[in-house]
Amino acid sequence: MKEKQSFEDDVKKLQKIVEELSGGKLTLGESLKKYEEGIKLAQGCSQTLEEAQRKVELLMKKDGHASLSKFEEGSGEKD
Amino acid sequence: MPLEDKHIYTVSQITQEIGVIFENTFGNGIWVEGEVSNFKSAASGHLYFSLKDNTAVLACAMFARANRELKFKLQDGIKVICFGRIDVYGPRGQYQLIVEKMEPKGIGARQLAFEQLKEKLFKEGLFDATHKRPLPFMPFRAGIVTSPAGAAIRDILGILEKGAPCVDVVISPARVQGEGAAQELAGAIEELNQFGEVDLIIISRGGGSTEDLWQFNEEVVARAVYNSKIPVISAVGHQINTSLCDLVADIFVETPTAAAKIIVDKKNSFLSQLAGLRYELDFSITDIISLLKNNITALRHTIKSPLDRLHEKAQLLDDLSLGLSHNMRQLINITRERACSLTHRLEALSPLAVLSRGYSLSMLMEDESIIKEAGKVKPGDKIKTVLASGALISSVEEVIKR
Repeated sequence: MKEKQSFEDDVKKLQKIVEELSGGKLTLGESLKKYEEGIKLAQGCSQTLEEAQRKVELLMKKDGHASLSKFEEGSGEKD
Repeated sequence: MPLEDKHIYTVSQITQEIGVIFENTFGNGIWVEGEVSNFKSAASGHLYFSLKDNTAVLACAMFARANRELKFKLQDGIKVICFGRIDVYGPRGQYQLIVEKMEPKGIGARQLAFEQLKEKLFKEGLFDATHKRPLPFMPFRAGIVTSPAGAAIRDILGILEKGAPCVDVVISPARVQGEGAAQELAGAIEELNQFGEVDLIIISRGGGSTEDLWQFNEEVVARAVYNSKIPVISAVGHQINTSLCDLVADIFVETPTAAAKIIVDKKNSFLSQLAGLRYELDFSITDIISLLKNNITALRHTIKSPLDRLHEKAQLLDDLSLGLSHNMRQLINITRERACSLTHRLEALSPLAVLSRGYSLSMLMEDESIIKEAGKVKPGDKIKTVLASGALISSVEEVIKR
């Protein structure tokens, strides 16, 4: 969830940078700085999306408390 | 018994009495099933037909007000279930069923119950488009309400693993069919809401018959979906009928696979959006740099121009100074020539030259003034006479004036 929030923020930041940069009101130094920052954000966001480390968990309720346990795929009978 | 002791009804009276008996017995309405025959549709909009089975026939009328609600076309030969009351029609001495509701037989009461619940939930606003929540920015964690052993979860996990392996999955288990499944489904949705840390919920099961899917039409499921604070995708897996769960959900699709693909599509559209943004970044920075380059080139031109002018001036100066020295030399030559001729002339005018021809020059000794008139001299004055070579000093003896 934390990941999601920062992803959303990063994409919005990136969109803002693209706007600023295309606005053409920055000095060369500022532009290069923004460009570098933008490229970093774009790479970071793409990386987040292309990450392949998903977790599959089972939400169980025990004594009124929810807990997560690892889900073993392919177990159990067909319904 | 003599005739006068017997109670004798008029036809109208007995007809009225029969009507009262029917009213008392069937007044709350009755369900009757049978096959439609003798169907006639009157211009008034009223429908007249008979219901029959193997051994009996029942006359029926369905008035326009009631049959407006009819969801299927009535025709001879179909089996139906009718709800209505028995009425006596005096002018013909007939009783008949005044039909208020009619369902085709087979789907029957359950379908009726479904329609009634649907109507109720619709009126309550559970299907309102204004209540539909948008899907999250990017769902990085999906909650799945389904049987952990079913085909649906396998399909969803398969699609997500291939298409969006960045998405975590939390399964909130529930049976999807059989007695009590609806309560489990509703409970699983509520638990995901309590847990809170999922971006969306997919409620799903694999394909199945309408009967198998009935749990998704239960009110408790519909309300749990409606009350969910997290957006819900319904993927109940059949195409023939739309379930109440589908109607309440924010989005509904036909299969678990299609639900998972929504997430994959979302991820892919973000990736291409990011690629687009990167392209824009590159484009902008290239643009900025080439613009600056052009500016520098333009500036360089304006700087070069005075330098050129300076060179021009220098050249001019060179030309002028060359001309000047040439002119000076000429001037010097002319002057020198003139000086030479003047010297000659000067030499010609020199008194010494005259003296050499035998003339002499006399001056008073007193003031060395040259003597041009005799009157300026007195006898006794000493004078100096300059000759071509040497000089004489003499005293004046006599002055002869003319």
